[in-house]
Amino acid sequence: MDDRRLETIIGRLLRAGVLLAAATVLAGGVLYLARHHGDPVNYHSFVAGGPQTRTFTGIIQWAAHGESAAIIQIGLLLLVLTPVARVAVAVAGFLLERDRLYAVVSLIVLVILVFSLMHAT
Amino acid sequence: MTALEFTLVVLALSALAGFLGALTGLGGGVVVVPALTLALGVDLKYAIGASLVSVIATSSGAAAAYVREGFSNIRIGMFLEIATTIGAIVGAFLASRVSTHALAIVFGLILLQAAYMSFKGTPENAERVAPDALAARLRLGGAYPVAGSPQPYGVRRVPAGFVTMFGAGALSGLLGIGSGAVKVIAMDRIMRVPFKVSTTTSNFMIGVTAAASAGLYLKNGYINPQVAMPVMLGVLTGALIGAKLLVHMRVKTLRLVFGVVILALAIEMIVNGIAGKV
Repeated sequence: MDDRRLETIIGRLLRAGVLLAAATVLAGGVLYLARHHGDPVNYHSFVAGGPQTRTFTGIIQWAAHGESAAIIQIGLLLLVLTPVARVAVAVAGFLLERDRLYAVVSLIVLVILVFSLMHAT
Repeated sequence: MTALEFTLVVLALSALAGFLGALTGLGGGVVVVPALTLALGVDLKYAIGASLVSVIATSSGAAAAYVREGFSNIRIGMFLEIATTIGAIVGAFLASRVSTHALAIVFGLILLQAAYMSFKGTPENAERVAPDALAARLRLGGAYPVAGSPQPYGVRRVPAGFVTMFGAGALSGLLGIGSGAVKVIAMDRIMRVPFKVSTTTSNFMIGVTAAASAGLYLKNGYINPQVAMPVMLGVLTGALIGAKLLVHMRVKTLRLVFGVVILALAIEMIVNGIAGKV
């Protein structure tokens, strides 16, 4: 394991995560348009949505009911988790390289990311 | 406007923004936010929420292509992400405390700075430097391909770069952008990292930085699914096409083209922010 190999693995992981997220968002989007394509919309003024689009548990529950907005949010959550997974893989990669300094550096970044996501639930 | 019309228009705008953003290494956010707010009257908070998720997509989607070219430096990126992620949390917190008009004005100023950078055509730091003591201890240097053969480079002024990266993270969290411009300044200008290494490493860092503010954005309701869906899909598509062309294009031309677009958006954003229209 060297840096170049580690970066290649991470690059592929990121691409896979993004494609999965995009496919989910697309599926939710198609479902949304199939049901609501003719609805008038404007987003001129901000209104914070309900729990079905703002909390992890709300999103998962409503997506299970086939709510298109929640399915889109599942895709967006997958997207947000992709860089988190990237940092986790870097921690493991640097450990395999026996590079303790950068294993710790990556771990600090991972802790910050997990903290911020937990904080928001 | 019907939901279908809105989705298609936003999809097209976002694809263009993603394309330009990837080519310049500045990310799609700086174009897509003003495009949504100024052209379609979308509330700035929805726009920055949609932009934030789309810059994660851009960054992550293009990473594989950049890695293949052998430019990005994972150590520099990971080390500086400590600063950008903490900054991003601070910025996302501030975003919920500041008025939308003030956000628009700050956004405009960032665009002005990006335009200035584009016009000035900062000469690339072709001359490589020896690493200073701290950078050597952190093993931040590397090698990048020049005319097919690897050329080594050293890194300097790590503390100044680190502090600037905190600022880049805060701007990212405050405005939902990748703040690639500031990241590139920190690496290319301050730390003397080669320009192409700076832009590709910046791209790599943007996703992690943005992920750090995503939790707060979600909780505050900035990530609206109906707005974010076409923005994310559009920006991603545009960015993947742009990333494929990046290595074949001349940096100088790119910056000039981008500068004109950015300058126009900057002026309109500031004027609208002051007039209270955004």
